Order: sequence, then structure tokens, then C-alpha cells
Amino acid sequence: MTPTTPLGRTAVALDQRFGGAKFMKKTFNKVFPDHWSFMLGEIALYSFIVLLLSGVYLTLWFKPSMTEVVYNGSYMPLHGVKMSEAYASTLNISFDVRGGLLMRQIHHWAALFFVASISVHMLRVFFTGAFRKPRELQWIIGLVLLVLAVIEGFAGYSLPDDLLSGTGLRISQALMQASPVFGSWMAFFVFGGEFPGLDFIPRLYMVHVLLIPLIFLGLIGAHVGMVAYQKHTQYPGPGRTNRNVVGFPLLPVYIAKAGGFFFAVFGVIILLGGLVTINPVWLFGPYVPDQVSAGSQPDWYMGFLDGAVRMMPNWELHLWDHTLSLNIMIPGMILPVVMLAVVGAYPWLEAWATRRTGEHHLLDRPRNVPTRTALGAAFLSFYLVLFIESGNDLIAAAFHLSINQITIAFRVMIFLVPVFVFWLTKRIALSLQRRDVDRLLHGNESGRLLRLPHGEFIEVHAPLNERDLARLSANPGLAPIEAPAATDDAGHPTPGLRVKRLQARVSHFFYGDRIVPPSVEEIEAAQAQLQSGHEPHGELTQH
Amino acid sequence: MTPSPQHPSRPQAAPVAHQWRATDLDAAAARRAERQVAGLFATSALLIVISVLVYGFVDWNTSIGLPVVGDVNAINFFMGLSFGLGVLCIGLGAIHWAKQLMSDIEVVEDRHDFPSEPQDRDQLAETFAAGVAESRFVSSGIMRRSLLGAMALFPIPLVVLLRDLGPSPSNGALTHTIWTAGTRLVTDVTYLPIKGDEVPIGGLINAVPETLRAIEEREGSLNARAKAVIVVVRIDERNIVAQQGGSASAPWDYKGVLAYSKVCTHVGCPISLYEQRTHHLLCPCHQSTFDLADAGKVVFGPAARNMPQLPITTDAEGYLIARSDFQVPVGPSFWERT
Ligand code: FES
Repeated sequence: MTPTTPLGRTAVALDQRFGGAKFMKKTFNKVFPDHWSFMLGEIALYSFIVLLLSGVYLTLWFKPSMTEVVYNGSYMPLHGVKMSEAYASTLNISFDVRGGLLMRQIHHWAALFFVASISVHMLRVFFTGAFRKPRELQWIIGLVLLVLAVIEGFAGYSLPDDLLSGTGLRISQALMQASPVFGSWMAFFVFGGEFPGLDFIPRLYMVHVLLIPLIFLGLIGAHVGMVAYQKHTQYPGPGRTNRNVVGFPLLPVYIAKAGGFFFAVFGVIILLGGLVTINPVWLFGPYVPDQVSAGSQPDWYMGFLDGAVRMMPNWELHLWDHTLSLNIMIPGMILPVVMLAVVGAYPWLEAWATRRTGEHHLLDRPRNVPTRTALGAAFLSFYLVLFIESGNDLIAAAFHLSINQITIAFRVMIFLVPVFVFWLTKRIALSLQRRDVDRLLHGNESGRLLRLPHGEFIEVHAPLNERDLARLSANPGLAPIEAPAATDDAGHPTPGLRVKRLQARVSHFFYGDRIVPPSVEEIEAAQAQLQSGHEPHGELTQH
Repeated sequence: MTPSPQHPSRPQAAPVAHQWRATDLDAAAARRAERQVAGLFATSALLIVISVLVYGFVDWNTSIGLPVVGDVNAINFFMGLSFGLGVLCIGLGAIHWAKQLMSDIEVVEDRHDFPSEPQDRDQLAETFAAGVAESRFVSSGIMRRSLLGAMALFPIPLVVLLRDLGPSPSNGALTHTIWTAGTRLVTDVTYLPIKGDEVPIGGLINAVPETLRAIEEREGSLNARAKAVIVVVRIDERNIVAQQGGSASAPWDYKGVLAYSKVCTHVGCPISLYEQRTHHLLCPCHQSTFDLADAGKVVFGPAARNMPQLPITTDAEGYLIARSDFQVPVGPSFWERT
């Protein structure tokens, strides 16, 4: 068949050079499952594109220089004030470049969207178990992207060299300087000497517009490529198995939906940039190391670290003529590293404590893996306690409390709240499972009352529809691994007994408390009986 | 019900019957949806044109007053509004199109197995082993070791070249400031010398060394200022519990006038809040609190060290001067600090 349209001729010309007709056919037919929670990652991707676009605009006018200039632009309150060129050019973008403020605010809002959507996307992935084999690497890439996004956001926030961001920089410089052994070398190398110096903003600019964006491009490319290659996970539902993907083909439905969604996200960010003021740097004034704006708050994603630093008791060790600032290292360095390590290692930890090792393409409903869900909720509560503590001065002012008491209370809560949240979440998940079992075996309450011949009232139970049946019966009902006997039948000691016992213990922590889901036969029998109008009497089993 | 392949014991329900949309069944509904989609796209085009007109015709210095938000720049507001809504309309149009007029019948694609066939893996291992053997990488230890040695050394120049990122921190920068014996204390901003007897009880004066201005001019950076800034307070001498040094003949204060560093010993925020009743200096960053009447001791918060005190006295004309530089490093901690 010879093509007649220009598009067809171009396609043939390309195919003659690169081949790939088969590949493109497969790509167009690629199936993507539909669910609102799958759009969170898309928001992250789209806000990244918006960041690239708006960022390029800003580079056309921004001057990453700490050279002192006297401002004479059109923002009157700062007329004649000495400031760095970085700050002056930010004012210039905000007041003398038409639409410059719009671009700046679009860029800032997109950055907030970016960090927030990555975070929420990771929560979705965690609570539904999408990180399991074969997608552990995706989880790690996502985590690296989150860390980079936070660093990139902080860098962008620091570049204008205003009073607020300068204070943040001062704190990060001190954090660096307080690291053991190499701390002051590190700080001097990064800042080109003492704080604030003249080198830092130009260096940070290179990191912000070149280094990290390049890493972003590579990692995001790998991330999206792997989603396409490994195919998307899906929620349990009618016709959905671990061996298939049910959804809409790339051409045309998914292209239209995803493409449309990109414009929707873009449009919302532009609207926010136009209508909602963010980071009005002109109100803060230029950075001077001896001034600070009271009640200064970092962008939200740095809040948890700020809270940790505030909460920490003032421990500092003086050993052999050296100073070890535990009050800074523990909250500022050790804590975030440990949090990242725990999150990064989690897929392997859970897999180790789980018997099944196959591929997982069907997502979990959070209730069906209570311990994972509870761990996630506990982690989240830990994060939130830190985050709220970062506003301890605001809380104190709002409720007329003493900051000291609030801080002491938070020092206790940081340990107690996660434990309580873990326990509570697990209980809730288990009772939701119990309700699922109940519906599977006894059907839905129809609200219709029936009077039996001997006068008793019963409520009529209706069979479940196909969708609910598929959803509710998807509980894998994972059981813990049991520890092997110390010796085998022939009396030889079991190899690696210690490790296997530990594994069994961890596995019991994960799956010890469980509701045994009913078997296929039980469900079929119960639903068949409901169809015929009789009340079944299945039993709920719990270990 | 057929058993699901993932959990052989779990049932797998049959697909539900498809629910047809109005646009599937009714040609008029479909035409209406088409018009809605086209309407959204047309609205978008109109809004985008408006946004360009705003750029061209609205005076870019006008600001408009809005409820809640206050005064905003007119271009920013109207362009953001029209451009944003315009882009949003493209998105909504496309989504509406997909949802109403493209097929909503879900299709099924099978997954393929990721692991390769065992014989492929074996062949790969063989190919790899054969290649390695042919290269003699393993068999010739001398070549392998010398290659690894050379490879280990080659990045070193790249690292060495980073040396000039900054000076050595042991150049005294962390332990010294520009305060010297005899340097006058001048008020920040106005650079006026301070008469020792005229400092009122209670108030807090932000001060810098009189040499600062010239040094800043010369260096073009804020480095000297970042370390040298101080606060001067006067506390009734009877209320002063302790100071960080000084003797009866050479006290560090001048009749209850005390000078302390302004840089928090926690992570270096400049401290600004002074409560004269308690003589507490409060850091706005993480609320470390220092008692200036008691040698600048930490009374609360994450800071670990006292606020360094600057020894002061007065010169012949009665103006406050430093007796020396700070006796301990100011600002946040560092490893080499003794
Ligand atoms: S910088 Fe002062 S308390 Fe942290």
C-alpha cells in the first residue's frame, strides 16, 4: 500500500530509515488502566514540564550574582537600597518585565505542585503496594526524585537572595559547618570561604538550572519508560488479573485524556500564578546577615526538618579539642538520612518477610495489608509531628501557650503519636477486612425488612454485584512465615537458623494479626444462596 | 467464577456488563457533546487572544484592588486569568472529548513474563565468559591489576582541581572577627559612636565596629558583617549575675553596659528579640533563649553554647570601644572548635 497523505509518506520515510512500524503499532495499542490515583504521578510530570518552560523565561532576566548594586527600578519602597544583583534582578522581573511576575509565580507554584504531587504519588504507591517486585527500582527512582525535588525547590527559593531565603541559607551553611571532621572544609568549599561570600549564588544557579534538571530529565525518562515497559499496575476488579492490564488504549483515549490533563494542570498553575501571590520577595527586602524577619517560615517541604531542629535538646559534645554538635547533626543530618534509608529499604524488608516472591501487578487495597498500612500511617504521623513543631512559635502565639511547654510536649509526642497511630490504623484495617468478609458471606444489607411466619423480623441481604465481588475477594490473606525446626529430620542443624528465625519473627509482625479470607467455594456458595433468597450462615474465622 | 492466576484460591469475577453512555445511544446527545468540546476549544482561543491583548494594551504599572487578595498588578491578574483559563479550556475540551465521544469499553492486554528463558540466560553467561576469557582480563593478572590501578588514579586530578573552591577554614576566619582593641562601637545603619553613659537601661542597640564600612567597601562582601554584629544592652549592675570574663580592674562591661554577639550559637540566625524584664535574648529561628544578665547562658532551646560576650570599655571621650576581639569563636559550632 503506497501512502497518499503527507503524514503517511513521512511515516514511510521514517520507517525506511529506522523501522519501528511494529513497535509503534504496539505502542498505540498499549493499555493504561484508569483510576484517579494514577493521575498523581502525571501531575508531577506535567508540573515538571511547566517548571522547564517557565524556568527558561526566568533565566533570560535573572542575574545570578552577589555583586552589590543600588536598586533604582520601579519598586519605590526599595529605591536606593543596596542589594545583590540577584535580588535586584528578581525585583526587575517582578516589576519591570511585563508578565515577569506571572512567570515567577507560575514557576513557584509549579515547584510546590511538583514536590507535593511526588509526595502524594509516593504515598499512593506505598499504600497500594505498587513498589513490590518487579517495581522496586521505580520506588528508588521516585525517592531520589523526591529528594532532588526538595533540594531543587530549596535552591530556587534561595536564588533571589532575599531576607527570607538568606536566613534559610545561613541555616544550611551552619548545618554543613557543624558536620564532624570535614564540616568547615565543606562549608568553605561550597561557599567559597566564609558566609555569605560572593560565590554561592552563581554556583547554586548552575546546580539549579543545569545539574539537577539534567538528572531530573534522565531519571524521569527512566521512570516513565519503565512504567511503559513493565506496564501499569491496576486495582482488583472484574476481569482484572495479575496477568493482564485492563484499561484504555494509548490511541486515542489515553492520549486525549493525558494530553488534556496536562493542559488542565498547566491551566490551573497559570491561574494560581496570576491570582495568588506567592513568595513576594519585595516585601522581605534584600538579605543582610544581621537582620531576620520574625516568624520566618521555609517552604512547606522543609518544615519537617525545621521542626526536628527546633525539637532537639541542646546536646553538644566537646572531645579532645573538638566540637561535635549533636543538636544539629541528629535532626539535620542523621534523621533525614535514616528516614530516607527506611523508606528506600522498605520494599526489600517487606518482601523478605513475605512468603510470595512472584510478580505483583495487582494493587493491594490498603486494608488488606494492615501492618504496611499502619507503618505508613505511623511514618506520616511522625512527619506531621515534626512539621507542626516547625510552627511552634505560631501555635504559641495563637493559643497563648509557652513555646517551651509546646516544645517539650512535642519531644514526647514524636515518640508516642506514631505508636498510637500504628495501633489505631491496624485495628481499623482489620475491622474493615472483617466487614468485607461479612459482605462476601452475607451479602449487602438491603434495608428491606421481612417478617418471618413466627413473627421474627430479619433484614433481607442482597448478593454483591460483580464489581464489589471482585474487589472484596481480592484479599490475598497473607500468612506469616513459620520458623523452621532447629534440626531437620535426620538431626542435622538447619542452616542459617538464626536468620530464618528472625525472618519468621518479622513476618509475624507483618502478618501475625490477620483475618482469614473465605475460600472461593465459600464465597460462591454464599452468593449462590443469596441469589436464591436464603440467608447463608458462613463463619468468620480469625487467628 | 474462575480462580485468579495471582491467587489461585481467590475467585476472579467475570467482567461486568457494559453501561452505555447517552452519547453512545443517542446521535443528538453525541452531537451536543461535539458542540461542547468545540465550544471549549473556541473559548480557549478567544481567551488566549484576550491575554495577548491584555499584554499589549493594559498599562503595566496599573494595579487593581481585589477583595481578600488586596492590590495586584493588572497585567499579572488579567493575563493570568485569561491565559490560565484558556489553557484550562484546552484540557477540559480534550478530556470531555475522550470521556464522551471516544470508546469507553475497556480493553485487555496480556502481560509478558519478564524473566528470560533459561537457555537464553545460559547462552548469555557463556558469551560473557567467552568474551572475558578471550580478553585475558582474568587470566593476565598483571594487565588487570595495572588497568585497575590506572583507572583508580585517573579521577584524582579531577578532584584535586576542585581545591580552589574555597580557602582553608583554618585561616582564622572561623575564630576571629574584625573587632580589635580600641575599635569603637557604632550604631548599625547610622554608624554613630555610642556614649557609654548615654545607653539607657532596657533598650537594645544593634551595633557594628566602626571599621566595618571601610572593610565592606574594600571586600565587597558581607562576610565581616556576618560575624561582627553585636547587640548592646544596659542592665542594672545589681542584676548582673555573671559575665564571661573581666576583672575588677578590667571589667568586660561598662557600668552595666554589655555587648554580646548577635549571631545565634545554634545555626547562626541574627537574634533580634530582647525582653528587658527577664534580660532574655530570643532567637526567632528556633527559639533558643539566652540570659544576658547571666553570662549569655542558654536557658532554653537547641543552642548549646553561651552567646559570646565582647569585652568593652570606653575611650577618653567616653565612647564605647572594644577591649579586644571576642575571646571565643562567634556563631555556629564547627568541628575544629576547641
Ligand atoms: S539559630 Fe538561633 S535557635 Fe537556631
